[in-house]
Amino acid sequence: MVSILDIIGPIMVGPSSSHTAGACRLGLLTRMLVGGTPQRARIELHGSFARTGEGHGTDKAIAGGLLGMRPDDERLRDALDIMEREGLDYAFEKTSLDDDAHPNTTRITAMHDGFEVIVVGSSLGAGRIRLTEVDGFPVDISGSLPTLVLVAEDRPGSVARIAGLLADERINLATMRLTRKERGGDAFMVIELDDAPSVEATTRIGALDWVRWVRALEKVGG
Amino acid sequence: MFRSLADAIRAAESRAASLADVALDAEAKDQGRDRTDIRAALERALRVMRGAVARGMEGDLHSASGLVGGDAAKMRASRDGPLATTAFHEILARALAVQEVNAAMGVIVAAPTAGGAGVLPAVLTGLADARGIDDTRVVSALATAGLIGAVIAERASLSGAEGGCQAETGAAAAMAAGSAVEMLGGTPSQVGHGVALTMQGMLGLVCDPLGGLVELPCVFRNATGSAIALAGIEMALAGVTFAIPVDEVIDTMGEIGRTMDVRYRETAGGGLAATPTGRRLARERLVQIRRSTH
Repeated sequence: MVSILDIIGPIMVGPSSSHTAGACRLGLLTRMLVGGTPQRARIELHGSFARTGEGHGTDKAIAGGLLGMRPDDERLRDALDIMEREGLDYAFEKTSLDDDAHPNTTRITAMHDGFEVIVVGSSLGAGRIRLTEVDGFPVDISGSLPTLVLVAEDRPGSVARIAGLLADERINLATMRLTRKERGGDAFMVIELDDAPSVEATTRIGALDWVRWVRALEKVGG
Repeated sequence: MFRSLADAIRAAESRAASLADVALDAEAKDQGRDRTDIRAALERALRVMRGAVARGMEGDLHSASGLVGGDAAKMRASRDGPLATTAFHEILARALAVQEVNAAMGVIVAAPTAGGAGVLPAVLTGLADARGIDDTRVVSALATAGLIGAVIAERASLSGAEGGCQAETGAAAAMAAGSAVEMLGGTPSQVGHGVALTMQGMLGLVCDPLGGLVELPCVFRNATGSAIALAGIEMALAGVTFAIPVDEVIDTMGEIGRTMDVRYRETAGGGLAATPTGRRLARERLVQIRRSTH
């Protein structure tokens, strides 16, 4: 369903909703997945991101997102300078991913305090985005709702336990998706919520001994 | 939200309401939000639009490639053209201003997209300022514009990569025309004709930016798109009607977009981007961008 506020918006730094605003959101979600401002990141740009990214400020937008800037933050223009000033090591390179990858796709390998994630995401147009892969797990994360992501041992009752913890907080689940690379391997859960979970709820889920890691992703719009 | 502008016009007429009211009610119901909340978001968008107009008029901005910038200020200062003292002239300048801000990584409202972001603020604020119309009514106009854009998104496209420039500045011009007709006192039916009369003038417009960048001709297309919107507004308010129903005109834009050669859909493979000069400028300027950022 199209919202008039999607049409009259987003409020954003130009010049391109897909190459700038969407790219910034991909950086933001990666930052939240890795748990803070990455000290190091390798950003591979594919397709139109690689061809016209520099002129559209795609590199600045992704770096700005990794630094925690939103698509309407005027500092995006100076994100590469800010990155250098803060001594962060973000390297950009052009790449060629699968033929069926969306033309505006990036693969970001980000490192924060010894924790690393590898994220593949695309900018779909009008600022909307989709993460399609995290650490090799196929995912579908849009950032349009508060989202809880976690990696856990694939065991019976795990989904019910987590749903129960969220129900205790009176948080309504919008969607829930579980993927795994192999039977009996770890499961990747993506849970979209109507409201953001409290820090306590996220901590409680992270403390379960069969949960490897959990992150609460804020809504980034789009 | 409505999938047909004819349905929305009928809904407004049956309640003796404006399209803005119908749009706000539909949005409130769809999204589970208060009307005041939605209006507040639109007010914020209007503030950003006005800010972008003002910023662009300062004349010191330049795009990443340096190909565009400074023309809004040039227009505003000029008294040489035949329309120099009219709202029409000011609206052209404002469209350039917002698009120059966009090209220079300034803050704009993508309405409906960043590439077409100059038309709606130029037309609505230009006409409102010329006629002394207060912001409450401009915010209502933004709701009407959002409704028109939503119908275009459902029936055709708002993406240059999918439908060419007619889907970006064309949609923006149609949104600006319809919403301005209502802001200036036109009936819902006149809004429909204003949209149709404007969109028919934008049909077939290709998306052919140099180097694939939202700069040239995008900045100027926002000014010429605003001019076509003003033609649509002027005709619709005079009672001129368009015989092809507005939804069918929108469908036509979608159909032309779907069958448009890929060279004309934001790939820089055809049109102005593929001219000898277009290719040369793109090559030289992209090299320059690389030098300045690395």
